[in-house]
Amino acid sequence: MQQLKSLSETPSAPYPYPDARGRYGQFGGRYVPETLMHPLQELEAAYASAKSDPEFQATLAAFQANYVGRPTPLYFANRLTEHWGGAKVYLKREDLAHTGAHKINNALGQVLLAKRMGKKRIIAETGAGQHGVATATACALLGLDCEVYMGTEDMERQKLNVFRMRLLGSKVTGVHSGTKTLKDAINEAMRDWVTNVGSTHYVLGTVEGPHPYPLICRDFQSIIGREARVQLLEQEGRLPNLLIACVGGGSNAIGLFFDFILEENIKMIGVEAGGYGPETGQHAARFAGGVIGMLHGAMSYVLQDANGQIKGTHSVSAGLDYASVGPEHAYWRTTGRVEYAYANDNEALDAFQLISRLEGIIPALESAHAIAHACKVVPTLPKDDIVIINLSGRGDKDVSQAARFILGEEASL
Amino acid sequence: MNRIDARFKWLAERKLSAFIPYITAGDPTLGRTAEGVLELEKAGADIVELGIPFSDPIADGVVNQEAAFRALKHNVSMHDVIGMVAWVRKSTEIPLLLFTYYNPVLAYGVEQFAKDCKAAGVDGVLCVDLPPEEDPDYKRCLDAEGIATVFLITPTSSPDRVELLAKSSTGFVYYVSRTGVTGERASMEQSVKGAVESIKRHTSTPVAVGFGISNPAQAAEVAGYADGVIVGSAIVRMIGELGDQPEMPAKVGAFVKTLADAAKSSNVGVHV
Repeated sequence: MQQLKSLSETPSAPYPYPDARGRYGQFGGRYVPETLMHPLQELEAAYASAKSDPEFQATLAAFQANYVGRPTPLYFANRLTEHWGGAKVYLKREDLAHTGAHKINNALGQVLLAKRMGKKRIIAETGAGQHGVATATACALLGLDCEVYMGTEDMERQKLNVFRMRLLGSKVTGVHSGTKTLKDAINEAMRDWVTNVGSTHYVLGTVEGPHPYPLICRDFQSIIGREARVQLLEQEGRLPNLLIACVGGGSNAIGLFFDFILEENIKMIGVEAGGYGPETGQHAARFAGGVIGMLHGAMSYVLQDANGQIKGTHSVSAGLDYASVGPEHAYWRTTGRVEYAYANDNEALDAFQLISRLEGIIPALESAHAIAHACKVVPTLPKDDIVIINLSGRGDKDVSQAARFILGEEASL
Repeated sequence: MNRIDARFKWLAERKLSAFIPYITAGDPTLGRTAEGVLELEKAGADIVELGIPFSDPIADGVVNQEAAFRALKHNVSMHDVIGMVAWVRKSTEIPLLLFTYYNPVLAYGVEQFAKDCKAAGVDGVLCVDLPPEEDPDYKRCLDAEGIATVFLITPTSSPDRVELLAKSSTGFVYYVSRTGVTGERASMEQSVKGAVESIKRHTSTPVAVGFGISNPAQAAEVAGYADGVIVGSAIVRMIGELGDQPEMPAKVGAFVKTLADAAKSSNVGVHV
């Protein structure tokens, strides 16, 4: 019993990142136009104050329990475990959180923070639409105006989420510039924020962007790992051997990993979107094909050409279709603490179908990338090992997109 | 002496404000941009700002974004623009300032970038998404080559940041006249004059004002209290509309002359 109690506590050894300059080693920082420097300093101070305010934390915890439906289950995937014939597989069911993905953890936290700061208006970017829906939901809950920027190509891929956001009372503004995907939506949200910075809080949806955004998002998402630790101890009496999560910006992965990051014997794998394969140039595997660069305020790994122009990316999953990755992931990759792999479109689509049939869970195409990599790794592990895969979102939003790939272009649902 | 410093010194002696037009390098072509520099000089420009096209220009409004995307269609790079400066430098001594985002400089290599700028005859660099504290090498390398480092001060800059930015800027300080992205505005905010005066308490470096100035009346008004007047989008929009027509440089030159003349119609009050 004594041993169980100590395992259930997050190790308290100091973890020094981000440092005072908002850096994770050489990554991160705050590379923004001057207009945003003071507002970012204000946000940093406001967040530090909220973080240490028991009333803020209690309000957030109450919404997490009664509105979001936390804790989300940690589910032993029996048939998947049998199918792979290796380690025992647990799924952290973020797909069962309200709005259907982990994105609500960060969106709700940030909208509460914005309200505490006296902001009247919220803006957000969205790729797959999950962060947009989560932010629109939190704004409806707390009574704030909300405008979501979304690339017009993503709007086409995720029509259902566009309608959901509008139903929730948000304005959805299509972004026609550049590649018409997530990075262009972030560009436009940043332009809006530069212009309306006094009245508006920008709810950035992942562990990306200038400091303090990667920190704020990490803090709000790390509830995933804290819950998983306690739940696994209850069910198995021990900690996991391996954690697997998909990595776009990387918020669900940090959410699962962070609580375990100081326990060096627990292995972690982040899975990027391989698209048609990194060798084709049509992918979003920043660690496989990127170099160190700066995009959207943070130094990290970036897919870019030799002249520093940001490349277009491709993934079947809009939520992973982004040219850079959270700076803390870049740091963990450099130190070797976390291994990064990628899964191609077709592997993710196979995994999407596999887990639907074996477990009755239709995953988000993003999460299907984590399952796809698990297909390669889990069968090689001993049967008494335990793996937790973050099932970061549910796949309802992806059903028509998946049907086009699986049944052919003409398929229409 | 750096050409920018020399120009401001010459203007200060005459109590005149600098007129600084901005154009996107490579829009419609680099050859046209080179001609444009010479045309802008004839029209009365004191310094020319050359925008380096970037795929994700978060500080720019639609007009400058579209100009950058037109230039990127034929892959205009930092190397190409520096090469163009070397070529145009054979025909003119007008001070030239590169307006860029950080990532193309980072990809080039900060030290090599500073050396190549110097060799080509670039006089200053403004890196719009690089606060001075984020990369000390940037300023160190440019300082070493005698190239001016211009930083932005905005209405949201706190007093301690105004001091840092004024101290870090050489050549001139760029005051952003309103919060927002680049682009034309119908009216100037009243607080700009006060802000310029307060910056000048921190530094003897000239202060130029930009973002939103688009017509001769605004240019004349700003020239009444600032050491320089910067106009970008209004010129870029005209270049975009005229495209690669043969008469484009002359037409743009005629418009720029009205702005340059207006900027020279006021004496800089704060210099008296």
